[in-house]
Amino acid sequence: MESKNYLDDISEIKSIMNKSSRFMSLSGLSGILAGIYALIGAAAAYYIVDTSTRGYLILDGAVFRACFAILIAVAALSILTGIYLTTKKAKKNNEKIWDNSSKRLLFNFLIPLVTGGIYILIILNQERYGQTAALMLIFYGLALINASKYSLGDIRYLGLIEIGLGLLCAFVPSFGFWFWVVGFGIMHIVYGTWMHFKYDKK
Amino acid sequence: MTLITNLNKAFDHRIRLGIMSILMVNEYAEFNMLKEQLGATDGNLASHVKALEKAEYISVEKQFIGRKPNTRYSVTKLGKEAFKKHIDALEKLIKKP
Repeated sequence: MESKNYLDDISEIKSIMNKSSRFMSLSGLSGILAGIYALIGAAAAYYIVDTSTRGYLILDGAVFRACFAILIAVAALSILTGIYLTTKKAKKNNEKIWDNSSKRLLFNFLIPLVTGGIYILIILNQERYGQTAALMLIFYGLALINASKYSLGDIRYLGLIEIGLGLLCAFVPSFGFWFWVVGFGIMHIVYGTWMHFKYDKK
Repeated sequence: MTLITNLNKAFDHRIRLGIMSILMVNEYAEFNMLKEQLGATDGNLASHVKALEKAEYISVEKQFIGRKPNTRYSVTKLGKEAFKKHIDALEKLIKKP
C-alpha cells in the first residue's frame, strides 16, 4: 500500500513538470486539416503550372504569383485552423491558451522558421530556385524539433522526418514539388491522425 | 529501512512536491503561477513555500513591476540536489517493494 503512494508521487511529479513547462493542447485534427489544405493547394498549383503556356514555373509572371498566393493561403488557413482547434482543446483541458508555456512554444518554433523563411526569400531573390522545397522542409523540421521541448515530445519525430525529406530533396531538386507534397501534405495527415488517436480521443 | 531514510521530510507533502516539480523545470515561477498550477490557497501555499525557503531549497526574489509587488521563486543548487535524491529514493522504493 505504501509503494502505491510513492507511485502516485512520482506520476504527479511528472505530470506537474510537463504541465508547468510544456503546452500540451496542440490539436492533432489541425495537423490533419493542414495536410489536406497542403494537398489541395499543391494540386491547384500543379494544375495552374501544367496548363500554363510554358508548362513549368519561373519566378516572374502571373503563374508564379498564383502559386505564391496559393502557398500563402495554405499557410494562413493552416494557422487559423490550428489556432481555432488548439484554443478549443486548451479550453477543454483547462489549459490557458496564452501563458508562459504557449508563448515559449511559439517563440522557439518561430526562430528557425522565420530564419528559414527570410533565407528562402533572399535566395529566391538571387534567382536560385532549385533548393526552395528542400530548404522549406529542413527549416520546418528544425522548427518542429526546437518546439518539441516545449510541447508534445512526439513532434520531434515529425521534425526529424521533415529534415530527412529535406536533405533527400536537396539531392534531387527537380522532384522538389513531390517532396513538398509528401512532407507538408501526407506527413501532416499521417502525423495528425496518430496524434489525434493518441491524445485527443482520451 | 535505509531506503525510507533517503526520503526527504521536507518534501513530504503534495504541495511541496508540486512546488519543487515546477521549479525544477522552470527558470523561475511567480506566486500566482504556483497557485494556479497546484490549485492551492494563498495561505496554504505561503506556508509551504516558507518551509522550503527555510530549508534553503528555494530562493525568493521580491521586486516591483510598476507598483505591483511581484515575487519570484527559483530552486537553489541545494534544493536541486535534495529533490533529485528524493526522486531517486522514491523510484527505488517502487522497484523494490
